[in-house]
Amino acid sequence: MLEWFANPANSKPLGLLIFFVTFCLIVLWVYGSRKRSERLEAHKNIPFLDDDNKDTPHG
Amino acid sequence: MTTTAYSAPAEQYDYEIIKKFTIMAIVWAVVGMFVGVYIASELAWPWLNFDSPYFSFGRFRPVHTGAVIFGFGGSALFATSYYVVQRTCQTRLWGGGLIPFTFWGWQVVIVLAALSYVTGYSQGREYAEMEWPIDILIELVWVAYLAIYIGTLMKRKQPHIYVANWFYVSFILATALLHTFNNLAVPVGLFTLKSYSLFSGPMDAMTQWWYGHNAVGFFLTAAFLGMMYYFVPKHAGRPVYSYRLSIVHFWALSFMYMWVGTHHLHWTALPDWASTLGATFSIMLLLPSWGGMINGIMTLSGAWDKMRTDPIMRFMIVALSFYGMSTFEGPLMSLKDVNALSHYTDWTVGHVHSGALGWVAMISFGSIYHMLPRLWNTQMYSVKLINVHFWLATVGVLLYIVAMWISGIMQGLMWRAFDDFGNLQYSFVESVAAMHPFYAMRAIGGLFFLTGMCVMAYNCYKTIRQGQAEASNAAAVAQAA
Repeated sequence: MLEWFANPANSKPLGLLIFFVTFCLIVLWVYGSRKRSERLEAHKNIPFLDDDNKDTPHG
Repeated sequence: MTTTAYSAPAEQYDYEIIKKFTIMAIVWAVVGMFVGVYIASELAWPWLNFDSPYFSFGRFRPVHTGAVIFGFGGSALFATSYYVVQRTCQTRLWGGGLIPFTFWGWQVVIVLAALSYVTGYSQGREYAEMEWPIDILIELVWVAYLAIYIGTLMKRKQPHIYVANWFYVSFILATALLHTFNNLAVPVGLFTLKSYSLFSGPMDAMTQWWYGHNAVGFFLTAAFLGMMYYFVPKHAGRPVYSYRLSIVHFWALSFMYMWVGTHHLHWTALPDWASTLGATFSIMLLLPSWGGMINGIMTLSGAWDKMRTDPIMRFMIVALSFYGMSTFEGPLMSLKDVNALSHYTDWTVGHVHSGALGWVAMISFGSIYHMLPRLWNTQMYSVKLINVHFWLATVGVLLYIVAMWISGIMQGLMWRAFDDFGNLQYSFVESVAAMHPFYAMRAIGGLFFLTGMCVMAYNCYKTIRQGQAEASNAAAVAQAA
């Protein structure tokens, strides 16, 4: 079993498969649900939560 | 998980370390760009070498790259990352004595590296020329940096970790990995600076370019994207266009960047499959790169008037435009047939500078101009001077990259031209003579950029003095009352 993983001819396509599937799952997770989408998009406001009245363009 | 509204005064954050790194970013930018203009002038007017090894291009070149990438870029990243992590986590930096250690350790690294290059000590690995004792110091500083960053994230008051921090963490982790493996070497002796790499031949070349391109990918791209994801929305006063796109942007970059280094070794002793793999992933990288660029630019959607009125915003948007342009040019140059023309020519130098000056420097300028008044609790000394800086920098980059495009493509075409009898049509020295006007044009472009940088340094100096004067006046009034 360990020999099979140690052979680059097996481990390289396996690695590719694992990374590709993981990436597809991330994309599915990000765009797959409307409720989750709304929750994720709400995080875009984090930089504005500590406004200290100095955040109008200076100069 | 929901976001928590939290209003915090500036005193809540540790700004001292950010101030120090910001000042040194400006200092190293002036020094590094000055050396850059000098070595560009040496190529156009070789008498500037003064027949001395201490002034030679070979020794000054790593001084330039070290000062601008690690001195200016590194200090700007330390400053902005410490600013962003505190403000998005609404907590002070964790780390106590480790925090000043990252500052002094990093500055010592830059100074020692520059001194060692001028005196002739170099590992001969591009962008990693530091000899092994300096490499160990970098390792220590970097581990401290990682500990501070993760420690601060762990004590955050905000449940969600804002995406800019993801990019900064990936930059810190990837740089640690790259620096460690690229510098695996056996010193000749305990009291000598010389060492031999653990790898040899094509393996050594592949390790070097795995490091080299990922230094571009994670040090000069991912980290500055972290800067972009905080400062562009913050300065525009509007949230990022799509948070979900920023997540996909992050993961796609993280999955793909590590594979592309071999495109630097097309048509060499490297196995062909490794070279093809690098080119394939380079082409695929176009998608996340442009996704990120569009996400940044679209953040300004509905507020384009800011481009007319706000020079800081102009810096940021032009930076994103250069990011888009150089991430289109990079995959193009990674194609084997294009690379056969472009490799070893000035086209590569032009490409690197369109990314380094157009993207990295411009987004840093925008971020520093945004951050500086907030750090010293004042206004920028002169908006007019920011505008002057913007135009000097933009004209400088354009002169630089146009000169290098013409020079590089001409070089490549001259090297591969054959006459009717199958002999080379041009001698090497003829190609050098043909490049001369463009070397002069490049030096002038660099001079424009350096002049802009000096204008920024003056503007920032006056802003800091103004902030200090206002603070001491306020303290005096408070004492009198």
